[in-house]
Amino acid sequence: MKNTALTEKHISLGAKMVPFAGYNMPVQYEGVIAEHDTVRNAVGVFDVSHMGEFILKGENALDLIQRVTSNDASKLFDGKVQYSCLPNKTGGIVDDLLVYRIDEKTYMLVVNASNIDKDWEWISSFNTKGVEMHNISDKTSLLAVQGPKATAALQKLTDMDLAGMEYYSFKKGKFNGVDNVVVSATGYTGAGGFEVYFENEYAEKMWNDIFEAGAEFGIKPIGLAARDTLRLEMGFCLYGNDIDDTTSPIEAGLGWITKFDKEFTNSAALLKQKQEGVTKKLVGFELVDRGIARHDYQIADAAGNIIGKVTSGTQAPSLKKAIGMGYVSSGFSKVGSEIFIIVRDKPLKAQVVKMPFK
Amino acid sequence: MNVPANLKYTKDHEWVLVEGDIATIGITDFAQSELGDIVFVDINTVGDNVDKEAVFGTVEAVKTVSDLFMPLSGEVLEMNSGVETNPETVNKDPYGAGWMIKVKLSNTAEVASLLSADDYKKLIGA
Repeated sequence: MKNTALTEKHISLGAKMVPFAGYNMPVQYEGVIAEHDTVRNAVGVFDVSHMGEFILKGENALDLIQRVTSNDASKLFDGKVQYSCLPNKTGGIVDDLLVYRIDEKTYMLVVNASNIDKDWEWISSFNTKGVEMHNISDKTSLLAVQGPKATAALQKLTDMDLAGMEYYSFKKGKFNGVDNVVVSATGYTGAGGFEVYFENEYAEKMWNDIFEAGAEFGIKPIGLAARDTLRLEMGFCLYGNDIDDTTSPIEAGLGWITKFDKEFTNSAALLKQKQEGVTKKLVGFELVDRGIARHDYQIADAAGNIIGKVTSGTQAPSLKKAIGMGYVSSGFSKVGSEIFIIVRDKPLKAQVVKMPFK
Repeated sequence: MNVPANLKYTKDHEWVLVEGDIATIGITDFAQSELGDIVFVDINTVGDNVDKEAVFGTVEAVKTVSDLFMPLSGEVLEMNSGVETNPETVNKDPYGAGWMIKVKLSNTAEVASLLSADDYKKLIGA
């Protein structure tokens, strides 16, 4: 199992550590609800150094990215980030990812930890025009500093104008005395804030200085458990739960990152899905009866026919209700549809709702 | 980890307070800390006779769900309505206000099969 540069730090802070995607990661510190609330109301720090980073460089870097990703990377400009996915050839998704345009010929792809090797091989297999590829995952640390006080806390550490940065933009520069730090106005929590990329050797210093800067705002370390409840309240997909090698971006509601004004892996079949419709769709739901939906629970209609499966579910700490996502037959995907989650052989009434959850 | 000496325990991390033929049952401090924030205690066996080691309910934490097992055979007399409305009580006070059910024992001889506080401490490495 791999460690991040901060594993010892998490252990010393009393985190509960779990194996996640091959890494020894903090799942919680003081408790998932308290951590969740810290991010929603103040500022929290996640060590997400397990995430993978690839640099793609060269004349044909954009061509390669356009070929393997579903979103239109030609719309990017220097300092702009795009959410995208890597469709496979059989209607599924290899991974979801962020694409950063550093300059016209240099891009950074940020991928899920569990998929680093798979993605690397996948993208390499399309690299026929000599794009230089570097896997910098093992030497790169990533801290997500998220919450309404993130800007005020981090601004103390840099001259970059953080408040002026638009969502899904980034800057590369001096941060906390370290050069070439990527500060990105992204994050998977819906609470606002930044993701900060730097080399491992600065990890301890970055962590300590960010906590000192955030002390007056009540900054706290946050584990993966709260990361999951935060992203689920926003209706963000988690690879391996809500999307995988068998779910298409159209079924997953990722049509907005699937652009058909270019050709990419499996684009013809996905276009057909978009035009003709799909048989199952990812929806958000709220439990009406008391109970909690979990990954892989079955979804039924009122007559008891199985119509789908839960992909994510939790008690939502900010909303104080049980929410979830799952694939259902398209006839049940409209907001307001009544569905039933089978919890320990008992059908619990639920309702399809709009995401983000409210 | 708090393991009161006056209680009996099971390998499934329940505690039992036996008074005559009535047992009060809850989950241990270790169990609540492993589960994390508890958000729902689901018990629908009140009035039922439930065998030792059978499931009498489930406890849902934010991240996980766990079955609750009968430490002793008997009739479930009542459940703690306090943990129904405020499930976080189980985290805050697992041996007090966070109790879960009261049971009328059908075979008090089974009490001998329960773990002592010292046995339970060994089990959890406390």
